[in-house]
Amino acid sequence: MNPASGLPRTVDEALLRLQERPDTVALAGCTDWMVRDRLARADAPPVIDLLAIEELHGIEEIATPPSEAKRPAGADADPTTPPPLLRIGATTTFGEIRVDRRVVEGYPILAEVASQIGSRQIQNRATLGGNLVNASPAGDSLPVLLALAAEVEIASPDGRRRIPYDAFHLGYRETALGPGELLTAVLLPPPPPHQAFRKVGTRAAVAISKVMVAMAAHSRQGRWSSMRIAAGSVAPVPMRLRAAEKVCEGAPIDVETATEAAEAAWGEVEPIDDVRSTARYRRWALSRVVRRLLLEM
Amino acid sequence: MKVHFILNGKAVEAEGRPTDRLLDVLRHVFHLTGAKEGCGEGECGACTVLLDGRTVLSCLVPLIQVDGRSVITVEGLAATEKGHAYLERFALKGGTQCGACTPGIVLSGAHLLQEHPHPSHREVAHALAGNICRCTGYQAIQRALSEEPEAVLDSTLLPAADAEREDGS
Repeated sequence: MNPASGLPRTVDEALLRLQERPDTVALAGCTDWMVRDRLARADAPPVIDLLAIEELHGIEEIATPPSEAKRPAGADADPTTPPPLLRIGATTTFGEIRVDRRVVEGYPILAEVASQIGSRQIQNRATLGGNLVNASPAGDSLPVLLALAAEVEIASPDGRRRIPYDAFHLGYRETALGPGELLTAVLLPPPPPHQAFRKVGTRAAVAISKVMVAMAAHSRQGRWSSMRIAAGSVAPVPMRLRAAEKVCEGAPIDVETATEAAEAAWGEVEPIDDVRSTARYRRWALSRVVRRLLLEM
Repeated sequence: MKVHFILNGKAVEAEGRPTDRLLDVLRHVFHLTGAKEGCGEGECGACTVLLDGRTVLSCLVPLIQVDGRSVITVEGLAATEKGHAYLERFALKGGTQCGACTPGIVLSGAHLLQEHPHPSHREVAHALAGNICRCTGYQAIQRALSEEPEAVLDSTLLPAADAEREDGS
């Protein structure tokens, strides 16, 4: 506890505060909250500052418990030592992620998306955890984490749990986070060798996305394996393009596979018209981007 | 709540609601009007200041998150010898027109030069992507920043850790 302000300095203190006052708002980078929610609340809600909690911040490699070590097909690392996970604390900013050596080298699509979110000023404040919990369908980092098969760590008064990020978004701005719970970290499994990301917006910088595509895969003897393709801004939640993934699985790495996967992607999304784009454009752009990324990756 | 922070190198305190905007505190409590309110939504960059040495939008920073940190505004930059010389060169090269965006632009520029003493055209473009100039004076601004010889933030303004690095220790 901060002796002067009485504000929490640990996750446990923060959880206690959320239990005592369920209307407490847990603030992180505030880049959306200060715009969207602050003025809507004339009542000055009680707040806590997650940025002041040291254990929520920073990037570190952690060992995988042996029981949980899963190896992608085709990997031939020493089977006795499970590869480490990269743990990114929830309040780590995109500005920090963008330049982190382990992210840049191992997860280039995460570094890339971090450098394309908003402006430098936004990247210096906006946090990875905030992007997830805010759960906008246009959240840029979301499809990237789906493609990278991330897990999220959640703290509640009953303890900590880890769930696959695939299971985090339940509906429009609705997440698996229960009342009084905090997202504490994102965990990334060992980097897949093939990764690609593309964001389609109105301008090259500081644009809310019309369409995003992220993908990651392994390959063996000229064929795709463990393909994961995810899209954003085309549905109420970021989504896996499972039909397109299925086309790629075990298929040769060539232009025919890319074209067929693009057609599958076209058929499996139901985007909407809104202020930023039209359903027709989104579906067209998504399909083209899937094809192009498969050829580039 | 009462918060204590370092403003332009000096320890200050301010009283307000935890969710009050840093922008309003700077302008109305400390009468530092360099940071402007343009859009109030984090899009235009006119309210850019440095928080712990990094550019942020003061319209999006709640007071609660300023406690114990360092804030630098354009007034603080101008009050140092290095900063004043930088602003003079910036003006002489036509980097400023109406002036509404200028405080934010020169702070984004100062942060860029801190990290990249000789920025490329691309690095300048990325650093300024969040600062909108209504006079469309971007080319002169680009040129002014590209020709800056060195870091322009005085070490007395920086948080202790960064200042130490500055001194080479």
